[in-house]
Amino acid sequence: MTSKTAVKRSPKTADDAQPDTRPDAPRDAPLDAMMPVPFRIVKRTQELADTFTIELTPASGRGGAFAFRPGQFNMLYAFGVGEVPISISGDPANPKKLIHTIRNVGAVTQAISNMKVGDEIGVRGPFGSAWPVEKAEGSDVLIITGGIGLAPLRPAIDHVLANRGKYGRFVILYGARSPADVLFMEQLTAWRGRLDTYVDVTVDHATRDWAGNVGVVTRLIERANFDAYHAKAFICGPELMMRFTIKELSSRGLKDEDIYVSMERNMKCAIGHCGHCQFGGKFVCKDGPVFPYSSVNALLKVRGL
Amino acid sequence: MVKIEGIDKLLAEHPFFKDMPIDARKTLAGCAKNERIEPGDYLAQEGNAADKFYLIRSGALAVECHVPSGDNLVIETLHTGEVFGWSWMVPPYEWNFDIRAVDLTRVISLDAACLRKKITKDKLLGFELYSRFIPILAKRLHSTRQQLTDLYGKS
Repeated sequence: MTSKTAVKRSPKTADDAQPDTRPDAPRDAPLDAMMPVPFRIVKRTQELADTFTIELTPASGRGGAFAFRPGQFNMLYAFGVGEVPISISGDPANPKKLIHTIRNVGAVTQAISNMKVGDEIGVRGPFGSAWPVEKAEGSDVLIITGGIGLAPLRPAIDHVLANRGKYGRFVILYGARSPADVLFMEQLTAWRGRLDTYVDVTVDHATRDWAGNVGVVTRLIERANFDAYHAKAFICGPELMMRFTIKELSSRGLKDEDIYVSMERNMKCAIGHCGHCQFGGKFVCKDGPVFPYSSVNALLKVRGL
Repeated sequence: MVKIEGIDKLLAEHPFFKDMPIDARKTLAGCAKNERIEPGDYLAQEGNAADKFYLIRSGALAVECHVPSGDNLVIETLHTGEVFGWSWMVPPYEWNFDIRAVDLTRVISLDAACLRKKITKDKLLGFELYSRFIPILAKRLHSTRQQLTDLYGKS
């Protein structure tokens, strides 16, 4: 990563995500934050029928670290097609590998999906707030996610596992439509094999050859062993899934301020200027995407927002 | 021969019977039996008489729907501490799905004819039983509705 790009980092945590509405409030992103930097695809992995992972390196040939914090995202630019916000899914302790896991859902992700190893792609970022992994030290940590939502949480999982002794019980709960839709199956299996991590996976439906759980991800919560009064929950998935999950966690005693969610809105500029991702008085790109639930719970109840 | 004292102790340990008056629990213990199901064995099949309900002591059960291809569709799994089977309460008292043991599963079964007889005589006992089933039914319905929303779909 060039030093020019490195200054674009916005190393906030979700706890800093309270918007500063003063007109003279400092801006996080420098002026060159709108300039994509060319990267080259060095590896492409088809994860699921509609989901793939790409590993990028600077096209300049000058390798370097692309420092980011778990939960942050980049704007990926398919030249001539458009840009799309994608969370970084690699290990923050290994910043030489810039990794994104992408679900093919539209024109831009389709164009990126069609790219091959060696093709160039524009990168702006990293942007946004992060999972508060430091603040969670000393607490039990619950990762609750579904579908593609595991990708933005994988850096947080990597961080907790790399610093396992700093945390209490570590619980990963994951839901998918079917066994064929389970993302990062090998890694989930490896995490499950650890003696210091509780991993439970469920699917909506399966055939008899699936020996795991069938049912919604919220039903895994009641079987997980954690101290609701000393736990932080990181949730990522479709908003509906997050709402149901929060309801279940709240019924178990977790406080709103101990629950963090990753919000998704139509992000365009990624620096809080264009207003496309406005969410009440916040911008998801700049103040989020990771928010303490206590700061967005009222907004989540507003219909049509 | 069923030993009531032993069964009552097992019932008392199961979450379904939490806070149930001891007299009511002991009465129901007369309808209960300890059972063990081997992995892959079926506990119930669609269309058969729903003559029991089950408390899972350990293991896991799969609720399945048989489909023409022959490979049953699993729509839910139930685990230690959970309850399965309410078809015994609703005419025509037939199972609506197949139930298979995923692992070695230990259950307490409660005989439906015995239960119906006792709760017909003792309305309070019926209330105790039904008031424990209603929250379970509500929770399962809520979960099923969540599943219907395609919770992990493209947002």
